[in-house]
Amino acid sequence: MRRFFTSTARRRCSTKNIAWWDHVLPAPKDPIFCVTEAFHADSSPNKINLGVGAYRDDEGRPVVLQCVREAEARIAGSRFLESNSAAVSSKMVEESVKLVFGQDSDVVNEGRFAGVQALSGTGACRLFAEFQRRFHPESRIYLPDPTWSNHHNIWRDAQVPAKNYHYYHPDSKGLNFSALIDDIKNAPDGSFFLLHPCAHNPTGVDPTEDQWKEISYQCKVKNHFPFFDMAYQGFASGDLEKDAQAIRIFLEDGHLIGCAQSFAKNMGLYEHRVGCLSILCNDSKQGAAVRSQLQQIASAMYGSPPVHGVLLVSTILSNPDMKSLWIEEVKMMLYRIQKMRTTLQESLENLDSPLNWENITKQVGLFFFSGLTPNQVEQLAREFHIYMTRDGRISMSGVTTGNVNYLANAIHEVTRSSKEETKILCNIGA
Amino acid sequence: MRPELTLPTGQASSPTDRRLNALLRHLSSSSSSAMDTNNSISPSPTSAFQHDSVFSHVVQAPEDPILGVTVAYNKDPSPVKLNLGVGAYRTEEGKPLVLNVVRKAEQQLVNDRARVKEYLPIIGLAEFNKLSAKLIFGADSPAIQENRITTVQCLSGTGSLRVGAEFLAKHYHQRTIYIPLPTWGNHPKVFTLAGLSVKTYRYYDPATRGLNFQGLLEDLGSAPAGAIVLLHACAHNPTGVDPTLQQWEQIRQLMRSKKLLPFFDSAYQGFASGSLDADAQSVRMFVADGGECLAAQSYAKNMGLYGERVGALSIVCKTADVAGKVESQLKLVIRPMYSNPPIHGASIVAAILRDRNLYSEWTIELKAMADRIISMRHQLYDALRARGTPGDWSHIIKQIGMFTFTGLNSKQVTFMTKEYHIYMTSDGRISMAGLSSKTVPHLADAIHAAVTRVV
Repeated sequence: MRRFFTSTARRRCSTKNIAWWDHVLPAPKDPIFCVTEAFHADSSPNKINLGVGAYRDDEGRPVVLQCVREAEARIAGSRFLESNSAAVSSKMVEESVKLVFGQDSDVVNEGRFAGVQALSGTGACRLFAEFQRRFHPESRIYLPDPTWSNHHNIWRDAQVPAKNYHYYHPDSKGLNFSALIDDIKNAPDGSFFLLHPCAHNPTGVDPTEDQWKEISYQCKVKNHFPFFDMAYQGFASGDLEKDAQAIRIFLEDGHLIGCAQSFAKNMGLYEHRVGCLSILCNDSKQGAAVRSQLQQIASAMYGSPPVHGVLLVSTILSNPDMKSLWIEEVKMMLYRIQKMRTTLQESLENLDSPLNWENITKQVGLFFFSGLTPNQVEQLAREFHIYMTRDGRISMSGVTTGNVNYLANAIHEVTRSSKEETKILCNIGA
Repeated sequence: MRPELTLPTGQASSPTDRRLNALLRHLSSSSSSAMDTNNSISPSPTSAFQHDSVFSHVVQAPEDPILGVTVAYNKDPSPVKLNLGVGAYRTEEGKPLVLNVVRKAEQQLVNDRARVKEYLPIIGLAEFNKLSAKLIFGADSPAIQENRITTVQCLSGTGSLRVGAEFLAKHYHQRTIYIPLPTWGNHPKVFTLAGLSVKTYRYYDPATRGLNFQGLLEDLGSAPAGAIVLLHACAHNPTGVDPTLQQWEQIRQLMRSKKLLPFFDSAYQGFASGSLDADAQSVRMFVADGGECLAAQSYAKNMGLYGERVGALSIVCKTADVAGKVESQLKLVIRPMYSNPPIHGASIVAAILRDRNLYSEWTIELKAMADRIISMRHQLYDALRARGTPGDWSHIIKQIGMFTFTGLNSKQVTFMTKEYHIYMTSDGRISMAGLSSKTVPHLADAIHAAVTRVV
């Protein structure tokens, strides 16, 4: 091959080569993943990673659920690795949507929905955003303030403009319900609203049942399209059914919702990228049409989702024994998180902290929205080797009986001179 | 005035209660709607409770023409039916194949309790990325040694193309990509949806059933400076027609002189000739001149990992510094798409590529697959010669890779489907991998009949 060009030819060629990418600026780091990066770069034995919302056990280790191990053993090497057989796909989708819509849901039994597997929650949201752009090109998405930082990236890259609606009240550290309702009322009719059905990320603040009913009603009056991002089913109360309550309320009120589901956290399948996107339709024919369009969007993005994760989910959800085991394991994960919440709150109270820490146990899900300022967050990293996102969101799964006292002391140190009004930095990465 | 919400606390209302309550609110809100300047829609009390879907206007999408062939094939009850549609490898028995090395690697993974269980980084499994770059660019590639290649794990070839194209649409000054005519059916959609505009360059010559080299040079020669050009690294899909090494060299010189940016799609490395290195010559030629390019790799065919969606995108840059910045921007493309890639397939690939024995076994299995396909080509060619089928069929043995562009027209294809239950795409492309020694005669009969009876 070398005989095909001389060194002079090479010189000629390379001087003519312009550098295509010199103008490319270094991208800002992802606000969530960079926490883990910083953590890894730290050599302190006391370091704690409170960044990413991935479950860890009390030794701080990632966990493979027993039901997943069993499913892995069952499927290993026993099937050919071609793209999803239709049977496995539709089984997985059906079992997934039953989790959110109900085991006996009419919608599911009558096939009045479009459902496709997706690349976890991110992929499901992105598919929907692209679909929204294609079929409602003038629409925008209303996102709660604050929300998961990647929501803004997703809809932006799908070229759907975003607007915030009030959600978190920094003063009360609870839900800014009246402002939320006002925003729903003031939005143009037929707007698209993204809702966290439980365990809101990053605040851990969820509407009550009554508040959900009111939100549903107001959305109905305005003919809004409700889109649910269900990333933490099971992690709010430990009960999968209970955590789907908001969605059931909307269904009963006759909304034709969209829903993104992730199995990353509640099945511990983070690295397999398994999720589901569903859109309720008037009838099964329309469901088929919508599904065909979603598949087109997916096929121009990545083809089809990886079969391994789909098989795992399908195996677990279709086998009653494995499904029961899974339900128990979700409860156990949540139990540990709740225990850490209680312990952390007690530890801080025992240190005579000037601040009120009841939100640690009031908030739900994986995260504690601490109210720490960016300066305090930075101080925790610098002086105590404790890492969390800049908005003060603490992933409780990084807390263990081994480090909770150290953590409490550190938080106490950086806040002992604080007053009650600590500002919250909302909506990072927007 | 809408009544205050006064559901009794601690009492879960039944769905019927709630529907009635909601309906009541419906009625009372419609009387106050005049006061609400933003609410231009007053829900009629008599309208159906469930309003129409906001997606009622969505029509059924047309079926993918390639996958549609399999759908039609599945419906056919004939015992002699033959699926020559999708480019997925089949054994002599007509079965899909899990490579032995893949089984071994997967078993290793199952038994390894220590492996990664959480999110991969955005750009995927680091070891997989390094090994993939070595596979396509060569372990001794100066570009690798100089650290000026960024490689990111993506979802097979499709995902690699899409991520690359979105990066280009965001950061590259020229938004036009030239694709060969014809090309894989999904290429135009991938690039268009990524934000690029698609143009074609001449490639296939139906008269010779070979490369329209003059046309190719003319079209690339008249492309605007800096335009992106999609090149099939080997085993062109659907035609099986590849440039010779000399022709590749001419293409390279032309492209570099016009500052055209090469974007390689390498979906069949190892499948074309049976040699991984030989099948990467075109790519390595371009990298060797010190210039920049993109390359999308797929492990769907050569490792049989179709369903696991394993691939990699590499961008070869002028300097390591630029490669670092480019990589950081690739992360911004990937994060809002799916956050990070799936681990399973990449782990299998890494396990095979890193282990000398498994790698060696793989090359043997890969050569066996390629050899079987070449054998099918020869058998079909011989069978047509034996039948005295009119025409020159030498392109069957000249074309490379999984597919043969037969030259049959759509009428002939329809005839073959109807009379002989042969399923293939209407452009006359057949997947040689779908043939076996047993079924070659049937196909030869069908082609013979089509050519002599249908014009």
